[in-house]
Amino acid sequence: MRYCLKNIYYLGVKELQGLLRDKLLILLIIYSFSLQLYTVKTSSTDTISDAAVAIIDNDGSQLSKRLVDGIAPPYFLVPKAINYEEIDASMDRGDYTFVIVIPNNFERDVQAGNCPEIQLNVDATRMGQAFTGAGYIQQIFNQETRDFLHDSGVNIQTLAEVNIRNRFNPNLTGSWFDVLMQLANSVTMFAIILTGAALIRERERGTLEHLMVMPVTAFQIMASKVWSMTVVVFLATGVSLLLVVKWWLDIPTMGNLWLFMGGVALHLFAMTAMGIFLACVAESMPQLGMLMILVLLPLQMLSGGSTPRESMPDFVQNVMLLAPTTHFNIIAQGVLFRGANLLDIWKEYLWIAGIGSVFYTYSLSKFRKSL
Amino acid sequence: MSEQQDYVVRLNGVSMSYGKVQALRNLSLQIPARTFVGLIGPDGVGKSSMLSLVTGAHAMPEEGELTVLGGDMRSKAHRDLVCPKIAYMPQGLGKNLYFTLTVEENLQFFAGLFGHNQAEARKRIDRLTKSTGLYRFLNRPAGKLSGGMKQKLGLCCSLIHDPDLLVLDEPTTGVDPLARRQFWDLVDNVRIQQPQMSVIVATAYMDEAQRFDWLVAMDDGQVLATGTPKELLERTGQPNLDAAFIKLLPEEKQAGHKDLIVPPLEIPSDTTGYSIEANGLTKRFGDFTAVDHVSFQIRRGEIFGFLGSNGCGKTTTMRMLTGLLTPTEGEAKLFGQKLDAENLETRLHIGYMTQLFSLYNELTVYQNLQLYARLCRIPEKEIAERIEGMINRFGLNEIRNTTPESLPLGMKQRLSLAAAAIHNPDILILDEPTSGVDPVARDSFWELIIELSRRDHVTIFITTHFMNEAERCDRISLMHAGRSLACDAPQKLVEERKAKTLEEAFIGYLEDADPVSAASDKLENAEPEPVKEVKPKTGLAKFFDKYFNLKRVATCCWRETLELMRDPIRMTLATFGAVILMLVMGYGITLDVEDLKFAVYDEDQSLTSIHYAQNITGSIYFKEMPPVHSLDEMENRLREGDVSLVVQIPMNFGKDVQRGACPQVAYWIDGADPGRAETIVGYVEGIHSLWLNEQNQRANGASAGLFDLETRNRYNPDVKSLPAMVPCVMPLLLLMIPAILAALAIVREKEMGSIINLYVTPLSRGEFMIGKQLPYIFFSMISFVILLLMSVFLFKVPIKGSTATLFLALFLYTIITTGMGLLASSVTKSQIAVIFLTMIGTMLPAEQYCGLINPVSSLQGGGRLIGELYPTSHMFTISRGIFNKALEFGDLTSPIMKLLITIPILLTICILLQKKQES
Repeated sequence: MRYCLKNIYYLGVKELQGLLRDKLLILLIIYSFSLQLYTVKTSSTDTISDAAVAIIDNDGSQLSKRLVDGIAPPYFLVPKAINYEEIDASMDRGDYTFVIVIPNNFERDVQAGNCPEIQLNVDATRMGQAFTGAGYIQQIFNQETRDFLHDSGVNIQTLAEVNIRNRFNPNLTGSWFDVLMQLANSVTMFAIILTGAALIRERERGTLEHLMVMPVTAFQIMASKVWSMTVVVFLATGVSLLLVVKWWLDIPTMGNLWLFMGGVALHLFAMTAMGIFLACVAESMPQLGMLMILVLLPLQMLSGGSTPRESMPDFVQNVMLLAPTTHFNIIAQGVLFRGANLLDIWKEYLWIAGIGSVFYTYSLSKFRKSL
Repeated sequence: MSEQQDYVVRLNGVSMSYGKVQALRNLSLQIPARTFVGLIGPDGVGKSSMLSLVTGAHAMPEEGELTVLGGDMRSKAHRDLVCPKIAYMPQGLGKNLYFTLTVEENLQFFAGLFGHNQAEARKRIDRLTKSTGLYRFLNRPAGKLSGGMKQKLGLCCSLIHDPDLLVLDEPTTGVDPLARRQFWDLVDNVRIQQPQMSVIVATAYMDEAQRFDWLVAMDDGQVLATGTPKELLERTGQPNLDAAFIKLLPEEKQAGHKDLIVPPLEIPSDTTGYSIEANGLTKRFGDFTAVDHVSFQIRRGEIFGFLGSNGCGKTTTMRMLTGLLTPTEGEAKLFGQKLDAENLETRLHIGYMTQLFSLYNELTVYQNLQLYARLCRIPEKEIAERIEGMINRFGLNEIRNTTPESLPLGMKQRLSLAAAAIHNPDILILDEPTSGVDPVARDSFWELIIELSRRDHVTIFITTHFMNEAERCDRISLMHAGRSLACDAPQKLVEERKAKTLEEAFIGYLEDADPVSAASDKLENAEPEPVKEVKPKTGLAKFFDKYFNLKRVATCCWRETLELMRDPIRMTLATFGAVILMLVMGYGITLDVEDLKFAVYDEDQSLTSIHYAQNITGSIYFKEMPPVHSLDEMENRLREGDVSLVVQIPMNFGKDVQRGACPQVAYWIDGADPGRAETIVGYVEGIHSLWLNEQNQRANGASAGLFDLETRNRYNPDVKSLPAMVPCVMPLLLLMIPAILAALAIVREKEMGSIINLYVTPLSRGEFMIGKQLPYIFFSMISFVILLLMSVFLFKVPIKGSTATLFLALFLYTIITTGMGLLASSVTKSQIAVIFLTMIGTMLPAEQYCGLINPVSSLQGGGRLIGELYPTSHMFTISRGIFNKALEFGDLTSPIMKLLITIPILLTICILLQKKQES
């Protein structure tokens, strides 16, 4: 027992020493946990930005000019004026996402209370923008028209108004979400890559065979890789969260960070075990690379890190309950964005721990067989 | 004949280096034609470098001149002319072979490259395989052949055309003596049939050198001496070439070398029983018997040698002795105790040194020793002292803080021995410890072994290929096909067979043991082939014959397809990769927000407020949860993620509406996921204005609005995710996956070494690239058909426009995407790097600049340029046009033309970037 723990410790230290010498991998880790988050923040756009709009202004009145001017950056590009005949062809080519037609006598009809009709053609193949953008255009036009009427001394009455209050992210800044989800993805990715690569490297170089004739068991070898790589990613995540996310990128987080880091530790336990498993299936680094494409992408996309889980079909939601990433994302979003406490997320903790144990046991048996 | 032609190869002042390592130093040499020339010297002295220059596989370095077969190897025209006349078998077991292909398929591939027709290929393959004993194994994958057979196959592949110059780089390393002798007989036979042929062979076995007509001894990138074997022996006054070679080395390298004397074995008096005992040890893997009833007893302090070819069961036996493998039958005993794999304690008595260097390159020499000392449970206090002891004894002091990577092989092997012996084991198991080590280093390694055995009474179990090393053992066991043929002292074995040398004795035992294989390997003497007249082609036909021969393209394509189909992971990725990812994305990237959980916090509880709330409940987008009763509860439930939206209807809402006080309904939205929150905002606004309209209609029969925004969601009237997404995901997936696979196809060959076949056969770059590309285009199209069926039947996204046009465009597109993979392969050397590079290189521009989110026309500057040039932009336009916009061929001629133009440009760049020589 004493030797068992010692071996796990020494072999783990060896992994760390080895990793320290792998300059490329270290650079990749540093990049992913710092600069990459920065680029995500800067390139992260709100749901709509720079949308291409064309306008056919048949009215040419003061009001219609105000509407045209209302469509402005950063949400929209400055609208292009086109002819009515060009609409179909240009939309077929996909040149514009929105084509707006303002009718003759628009201003006059508004003032007369005739409720004229503006035509808004949306290229609904550009999904995200189509929906949100149309809403924005509606709001902009409403506002401009009201202001115009107000300026010309007409008062408008409304029965009730909507008062939107966004909790946890008042301005719905997209980058907060994107950066933290990127961080969560990096945790998953590095857990798999580091352990998988560490095992494959040992097998390719024959050092694994050598270890097996030492008084060392398969369990110890696997445990040493799991703990050492867990430590690396855990530290990288912690440092990144404090220095990069909070301090440099100035993104607020809500809950208790230790609660989140506890989730990270559990998640790493499960994902490093998965890394060992993949390394047993793959015969070489390239094969591991190909497997990663097929495994990592679904894990990330279907676990609620990119689009909300409730929009997915039920069976996908249920199957993905078996993926640790799902629960990790729930913890990350709950704690970091909404300030959830242990009572809110203890179930997710249990889920990950349970899944992790199953992964670990299965990977260990697979690893034993592969020796 | 002119004087020049009497030399097949002339090197003049050639220097060559790989990074900092100088491989050849101002080398000048003239090799006579029609001779059997041996290039002798240990590993890493520049033999292989020289041969790769001679065969044109490697580009000429800056310095020096090289003439091969009467022409300058710097000239491309000359290389194109002579390369088909040179046959090259690179170093390493089966380096030019494809291991998943059968013997027949390998030979067919080479026959195809050299343009033999079917009948001719059949005749040649049969003749070659019959005379090498491979005929019985035509359907066996090359990877499953023994080392000797791999080398024979390699030779057959080289001889499928009749070369003028045959170059063999260490063809017999790792091959058993019988197979070695058969191999040389085969070469002799070929020389009789083709007396015009010159043969150059590199070897590290000095005992083989005797059979060459003429020798070149090399060391440190320079020629030490040349001449017939007899001349070299006379010049140095030594009895054998091993000793002669050492004598030829410069003084300082000879220093420290002395003739090795093995003191007789003295068993310490306190010893009882045997150190190692094996009784009927047997290991079966399926129906394959790797080790078949092997028995031996080894005494304490004895040096016990295990001799045999690669794959004869040596390593399996060792693994059973170390407890790595459990025997199927029989038992192994260490010190009289039955070996128990579960018992880790027994491993403390064993030191093990693997065949390949297996210490950690990422740790320093000291750290390596420290790690093994710790794992062997040496008390922490004693470790430092113990390591110092080993460092001094094994002469590792100067390198204690360097990593093993950069050390010469001899030094690495000493370090391995030190690591194996650090815990003072009673038994040392050494698996081919001296392969590839130069003679001087080998002898000093043996000194250490002898000292461990004789002074420390460590039992040594060693495997080797070298006969002179076997002679130093106290006893040896001859292994073949899993059985031990004989086991005794080397001298006794020689006497028993009445043989001259140990090698001869071994061959005798082998022939007795396996008469079938020995007999079938008897060579058939074939008649010399009459030389056929070939009509020279002219004009365009000549160009095509030289640079784009359809037969060679087909051969290449056929081979790639076979390899792909036998690699399950790549095959899965090729056919189902896109399908799997499409499924994931289809379900994963949905922007439709449905079933949003919301709760009402109705402070008013009036008829109006209840009606207002029902308005939301009725929406398909929302799913009502139990109502909220307080602000605290609201906060908690939002935080838990129980609800994403709480609608707070204020006190007196009903009254205020009535009296026109314009009350405010508060919508509390969970903003954690801003994308979702934005969508909720959109829905909320819609629902609210619906309510307003309804109220107004009821009150005064007119709409409340100032104007109507008549939204026409074109092409996708329901604004559903899937119809919008499918046409984009398809081009993305059929960009990334074919590109990665095509890139891997080439880089794999670079990594495995079989790219050499491009360098040394008449295969042109264009043939090679396009031949490899074709299977991936084919599989991408299959994948596309599945995707298409999936989108129509599973995702219910109909194709509104012309399906035929979509097929055509996608076909052009996959030619481009696989071509982009080829492009990526020309700048990378490792497979893992090319996977990452291709993934990022394809996906990043495709997502950012190709009109996925905003039209290309709305981009500026560099992004615009990329967007206009990148094929995915055009494919998005076509795919969306056909799927969503009901467009036909006529509407899409412009993007299709752009794809069409891209193809020749891209492929030309690819072919130009791919090198026909290593550099």
